[in-house]
Amino acid sequence: MEILPLGDSALLLRVVENFDEDPDVALNKVLAVKHALDAAELPGAIELTSAYSTVAFFYDPVRAVDQGGPASDLLAWFAQRIRDALPSSLNKPPLRALKTSELVEIPVCYDHEFALDLDEVAKRVGIGAREVVDVHSGAEYRVQCVGFTPGFPYLAGLPEILATPRKNIPRREIPAGSVAIGGSQTGIYPIKSPGGWHVIGRTPLLLFNPEKNPPARLSAGDRVRFRPISRDEFERSTS
Amino acid sequence: MNATAIRAGFLTSVQDLGRIGFRQFGVSSGGALDSHALRVANLLVGNDETAAGLEITFGALRLRFFDERVIGWCGGDFEARIGSTPLAAGHPALVDAGQEFFIESPALGCRAWLAISGGVDVPIVLNSRSTDLRAGFGGVHGRVLRDGENFSLVRNPARTATLIGKLRRERVARWKPPHDWSSPARHEPVLRFVRGANANLFDPLAWQRLTSETFSVSPDSDRMGIRLQGPALKRTDDVDLLSEAVAPGTIQVPPSGDPILLLNDCQTIGGYPKIAHVITVDLPIAAQLCPGADVRFVEVSLSQAHTLLVERARNLEQFRRGLEAQL
Repeated sequence: MEILPLGDSALLLRVVENFDEDPDVALNKVLAVKHALDAAELPGAIELTSAYSTVAFFYDPVRAVDQGGPASDLLAWFAQRIRDALPSSLNKPPLRALKTSELVEIPVCYDHEFALDLDEVAKRVGIGAREVVDVHSGAEYRVQCVGFTPGFPYLAGLPEILATPRKNIPRREIPAGSVAIGGSQTGIYPIKSPGGWHVIGRTPLLLFNPEKNPPARLSAGDRVRFRPISRDEFERSTS
Repeated sequence: MNATAIRAGFLTSVQDLGRIGFRQFGVSSGGALDSHALRVANLLVGNDETAAGLEITFGALRLRFFDERVIGWCGGDFEARIGSTPLAAGHPALVDAGQEFFIESPALGCRAWLAISGGVDVPIVLNSRSTDLRAGFGGVHGRVLRDGENFSLVRNPARTATLIGKLRRERVARWKPPHDWSSPARHEPVLRFVRGANANLFDPLAWQRLTSETFSVSPDSDRMGIRLQGPALKRTDDVDLLSEAVAPGTIQVPPSGDPILLLNDCQTIGGYPKIAHVITVDLPIAAQLCPGADVRFVEVSLSQAHTLLVERARNLEQFRRGLEAQL
């Protein structure tokens, strides 16, 4: 595992070298590292995040030095503590997730009014719009990471047939709740924002609420299924 | 209600030291772009360092107070006054009920942080009062201040009460913090950096350019990041990278070769390669970079970055003790 400085107040841990080989096992390993470091309460720790194959450890260098770290070489000092905190079982395949991943069902209305790019996706991948919806809602996905905007989940598991390159010119505004396809991933825009993914539906579910803690409905590692709903059900769920 | 922004200025928002612990949900750390300036300004008026103040971009702000407060500001080279009395950066001063504070456009730099004793009283959202302008929450209804906006202040803390007694006669305190802290804008800004997590993806020419040439700040810059224009920084190959964490200070390079220096409201993850990271003690200089300004970069070691940061923290601690001894 490579440990690199991400500036002077964070470290980047490249946990898995080849993520695409087996993304599910890779993600389990990344989350296991994150959980282990969370539990270890490293000196000066601020927070931990994960994204695909990496974990980032944010720290306060001043507090680390106050707790005995040498300002002349905090990197090596932290690297030693990080390696000590990791369970030895990490490298013994096959690795299971430390906790059972939650399965979250996301209701999606794929009606034309919401599915701004459904026809274009259908045309590009060479199947009917109806079939795009069936394939999209028939698969199970996994949250690789949350980012881009607050609460935006990057979901792996998109059936290959639906992969559609991002738009050349991003939309200036994508409505909140939009479910979209970008490259080989699918995702949900929790808040209104610009974006280059193809919108194929909308969920009435609130995916980001800063008044709640945790503020995001989905976390890295969660499993996700999309359930097609009618326009009526969409309206009833938002009211 | 304790104050009104009669003129809200070009872009004024409520900021404190930012949000911690929510990056995993895609929430930016946010907070004052020069958190050190806000800390110092807060200490000057008797507040805790964590109190919320106003981040003022390009000035043009006119505030009226409705009760007695101590105020102080740090930042670029602005002309500020209380009524007709000039108020230089770093000097705490007393305002009476009905008095007004003005801050005009800057001669150098672009941002100032105003601390008001008590601190701005807006609801705490995800452990912070900072405004997240991109996601639209925190601060005053998740947005910038508007002309005529009224806002509340927390009541004056005990330390401020002592300070008020001392300032009744002289109005503006004569003492101030170190000049670098109250006035971080530079005529020829140089930002120190440590090598980035993707440093080896860039060819020697890119490295030579980053460390020897001048980059200019594009108008398309904001609290998310400073877009720079200059000699293109090219990669040795164009392999797509998986998104990884980024942080304020990260310099990422999109395919155009024009680098972007990320600031507090940046996304939590990014897929562009990270050539370098500006060190924390130089972020106050970065926060003053205006569109059109020129900036240069120089490399330092990680241990230098840490030593400088620890040194600044020790000096701030001494400054805090000195103030407490006075009050």
